[in-house]
Amino acid sequence: MDFMVFQYPMITVQACLDGILLGILFALIAYGMALQWGVMNIINIAQGDLVILGGYIAYFMYLYGIHPAWGVIVAPVIMYFLGVLIYKLVINKVVDRDLFISILATFGISILFMQLMNFAFGADVVLANSDYGTTMLFNNNVVLPNSKLFSAFISILFAICLVIYMKKSKLGRAIRATAQNARAAKILGVDTEKVYAATFGINAALCGVAGALISITFTIHPYMGLPYTIRSFMIVIVAGLGNLPGVAMSGMGLGVFEEFADYILGTEFRIGSVFLLLVLILVYRRFKLSRKREYLK
Amino acid sequence: MRLNRIILSFVSALVILFSTSVASFAKVVGDKIILGAAISLTGKYSSNGVHTQNGYNMAVDRINSMGGVKVGGKTYKFDIIYYDDESNPKRAAQLAERLISQDGVEFMLGPYSSGLTKAIAPVTEKYGVPMVEANGASRSLFTKGYKYLFAVLAPANLYLDVAIDLAVEKNNGKPVTVAMAFEQDAFSQDVRLGVLDAIKRTGSKKVIDDKLPKELNDMAATLVKVKQMKPDVLVVSGHTKGALTAIRQIAEMKVDVPMLAMTHCDAAKLSKQHGKNSQYALCASQWHKTLTYKDNFFKDGMTYAADFEKEFGYDPPYQSAESSAALLVFKDAFERANSFDQKKVRDALAATNMQTFYGNIKFAPGGQNVDKPMVLFQVMCDDSGKCENKVVAPTKWASAKLIHPVPKWSER
Repeated sequence: MDFMVFQYPMITVQACLDGILLGILFALIAYGMALQWGVMNIINIAQGDLVILGGYIAYFMYLYGIHPAWGVIVAPVIMYFLGVLIYKLVINKVVDRDLFISILATFGISILFMQLMNFAFGADVVLANSDYGTTMLFNNNVVLPNSKLFSAFISILFAICLVIYMKKSKLGRAIRATAQNARAAKILGVDTEKVYAATFGINAALCGVAGALISITFTIHPYMGLPYTIRSFMIVIVAGLGNLPGVAMSGMGLGVFEEFADYILGTEFRIGSVFLLLVLILVYRRFKLSRKREYLK
Repeated sequence: MRLNRIILSFVSALVILFSTSVASFAKVVGDKIILGAAISLTGKYSSNGVHTQNGYNMAVDRINSMGGVKVGGKTYKFDIIYYDDESNPKRAAQLAERLISQDGVEFMLGPYSSGLTKAIAPVTEKYGVPMVEANGASRSLFTKGYKYLFAVLAPANLYLDVAIDLAVEKNNGKPVTVAMAFEQDAFSQDVRLGVLDAIKRTGSKKVIDDKLPKELNDMAATLVKVKQMKPDVLVVSGHTKGALTAIRQIAEMKVDVPMLAMTHCDAAKLSKQHGKNSQYALCASQWHKTLTYKDNFFKDGMTYAADFEKEFGYDPPYQSAESSAALLVFKDAFERANSFDQKKVRDALAATNMQTFYGNIKFAPGGQNVDKPMVLFQVMCDDSGKCENKVVAPTKWASAKLIHPVPKWSER
């Protein structure tokens, strides 16, 4: 245990800011998961692998001399169509089945994607350099890489666009209607099949954006998807479905929690602490639910 | 129906038995010495697995074309049976069993990585199959008392202790403060032990001792601590992802540290991926093409690098060079043993004392190569942004002078 993070106020500020910026990015991934979970009742284990795939798109643009920031526009377009394709090939066969089947199916997709990425892009760890420089705050005591600021800004931008789209557009309304009651929506003339495909596509597109941002800020690797799946799963569990402010808040909360765990327990427990938190939250939820049940009795 | 099944299984059992007994004569067929190797051609080690395979193949072709191996007045050629271990230790151990008990291989080459070598070593040991390996540096491989394991490379604990000595030397012989960040795998932890030994030996002090996770892609917290504690040396070892992440975040966070020492820089293609940001990083390496070791097959490092590039289209990383060296060791041992008896070959291997383009090779009783020091190179860039790795330590092999302390980011 190391409590350095509390001894120096500047480190505390640094940890909080790092955590919030990171958390915003997590929230974007989690929002996609929440959307598709809410609409289709599918927990997508391949979420993190879609993220990494988006990262590779930005990386390859970088490799061919295009600035990787353009990946933020290109990756979601490609990933949208890939998402729709995955839906047509696999997901539409499991969408009405129980949760276990869909978890198995997406787990399979996850393994397939990992191996395909490894096969196609190699096992090397790669990254895309943005050369965005650094912002120094508080007399150079707090440093914020501009790539992280850029990631957070783009994530927020995409989240806002998505919210507006869901509120105003016809498809957005259809998606929300399907989420509320798929059967009723169908009776009222919503083509739920199309809605499902679009939802999965939108989720994949969000993953694509996040992946492009991750390749700019961190590193990517074919086997690095799972921690992103777990994080978004956890954020959604805490925030609940269809609750964007909740997702944003719990995303940032998780980011800050991770940073502090990193300082206090050590970097090796960073991901471990996320898993631990997930278990604690699930136990707590169950505890709360059981009390409610007794009360009803 | 049932009878059919019984007959079928009986026949297939016979076929398997027959095929294995035929195959077990396969160690030396005609004029061929057949070696076995399980290598990571897919999975997370696939890029280094391919470097290893290319190194083996290059040496096989070279030795065969230059007259092969002379045993008992007859000339033999090398041939290798490869299997893909999918970067999976369990699979590697199975394949070693298969190579030995089904394919009848009596001499093995090592896989890529310490972890997989650790999985295979008990199998080769059990069957008394001599294995020359070139890519497993973990210290624990050499403390188990294996009799049939020989490694042409220096053990992991020697990777970065040179850096601490160098820092002390630059500090006029006075102790230094050291910040350490190591991944939690066998190899990196061995590197850490070596650094700890050096710290103790020089009376230095460790101020940060962080462990990095397997899924590492963010080490900002460690670097913030480094900024606060201002150590004289920062040592990072976490395979390619550790090297890449460290350089990216050190540059982004403008962390000033007089000396930065790492492992896996050339596997990470550090200077290619990061350009000028990687400048001044010190990297531990088993081999560098500018070293002046010589042998009759590849002449020297520069010639090896040029030939390798011509054949495979890229500059050879040290993983390829050491793999090629493993074949040279085998050839030498076969000729000295003048026999294909496994025990005799094993004894000949143990008595190896030779120079190859890759370095001197002489095995300690544990199997590690004790006659080849590690080298440290420093990434140096010119004004146009072109970066090169130049050997700076040990002084005997240095092709450039160490730049120390590393200039501050504000002055770059």
